[in-house]
Amino acid sequence: MVYLDARRLLCPMPVIRTQDTVNKLAPGEQVEIVCTDPGALNDIPAWCRINGHKVINTQQQDDEIIIIIEVGDGT
Amino acid sequence: MSQQRKAVALISGGLDSLLAARAIMEQGVHVEGLNFFTGFCVEGHTHAIRKKDKQKPKRNNALWVAEQLGIKLHIIDVIEPYKDVLLNPKHGYGANLNPCLDCKCFMVGKALQWMREHDFDFIITGEVVGQRPKSQRKETMPIVQEESGAGDLLVRPLCAKKLPPTLPEREGWIDREKLFEFSGRSRKPQFALAEEYGFKDYATPAGGCCFLTDENYSRKLADMWQARSDRDYELDDIMLLKVGRHIRPRPHFKLIVGREEGENKFLEGYRKRFVHLRSVSHTGPLVLIDGKATEDDLNLAAQITARFGHGKNAEQVEIEANYMDGSSRLLQVKPLSADEMQTEWYI
Ligand code: SF4
Repeated sequence: MVYLDARRLLCPMPVIRTQDTVNKLAPGEQVEIVCTDPGALNDIPAWCRINGHKVINTQQQDDEIIIIIEVGDGT
Repeated sequence: MSQQRKAVALISGGLDSLLAARAIMEQGVHVEGLNFFTGFCVEGHTHAIRKKDKQKPKRNNALWVAEQLGIKLHIIDVIEPYKDVLLNPKHGYGANLNPCLDCKCFMVGKALQWMREHDFDFIITGEVVGQRPKSQRKETMPIVQEESGAGDLLVRPLCAKKLPPTLPEREGWIDREKLFEFSGRSRKPQFALAEEYGFKDYATPAGGCCFLTDENYSRKLADMWQARSDRDYELDDIMLLKVGRHIRPRPHFKLIVGREEGENKFLEGYRKRFVHLRSVSHTGPLVLIDGKATEDDLNLAAQITARFGHGKNAEQVEIEANYMDGSSRLLQVKPLSADEMQTEWYI
């Protein structure tokens, strides 16, 4: 599992960081993204749907949002 | 069967780029979207910061557009290279600090680079002739083609018939007859086309795609440049201009005053980088000091901080000043009265 700290970044920066991380990974690998901008709760899943990746889990703890995604095969 | 052509579409999140991409997809072309993040984009930020907006669903319009179209979207961070566009625009600024024409040349140039790296065939934008008084005129259309280097690989589907045929049209990759001849400032043809394609709920931001078209924002940016005698900036600088009240009581420092809980929280993230003040005897905002404040200045800053808290009518308010090294001290001040707050201090 790759860990991505996107705390304090405002959208769309968490999405950009996620994208740049995912681009370096192989299908099936997972990324755990921690962020604080609630916009990411919409944007990261939307970005995943568009680009063929899977959201495994999202959870909110106090002011932190944790999103786990799995890299798709690019289709 | 002929080869399927591939086009890269500039997606701002607005209606025009949505329609332009769709018009080309209708012709069987494979389209993917590019969205550039300059740091000044309106998307999301302030909504995320301000508590009162938190109930509203937040969405990134560029992602939403891509999802409507069923295409991939690549969001590119251009914060660094964009500085040169903003600081040295060859064609100058629009009504505010928006360097639209240079910005378009830059973005199409970046799209061209992406197109080549990814083996795509041409570029699409949602530009319409005559839609913007400065940047989208008949005369500026060839400037974007030339200065971006895209030449006739740049297709503007919404006004293609008003312009000379591009390579994809001449080569028959796309049918010119199925493109459009929109022009001018009226948005009616776009609304009608959106209806025809079945798009609802699309974004029609009044101020365009970025903060640089906003008068208040541009004023704060110009003020920051002037006060620092240097126009370079970091992402944090331009983010902070979107948040809070900005008050400059002296030329060498300004205060950033949180307007509500969400903003105070956001400003808290900057505590280690700024001397900051907060009322301890009454509830009140978090206030950052940007610049170099002397002891006298600190007193004035504390009085202003007290002015924006619940103790504004009290005889005395206790303010805690926190320094960047982690130390702090307490100040007893009388809040400034409404009359003492000079209107020209507000940026
Ligand atoms: S409004 Fe902003 S993003 Fe849009 S073209 Fe002008 S400068 Fe560029």
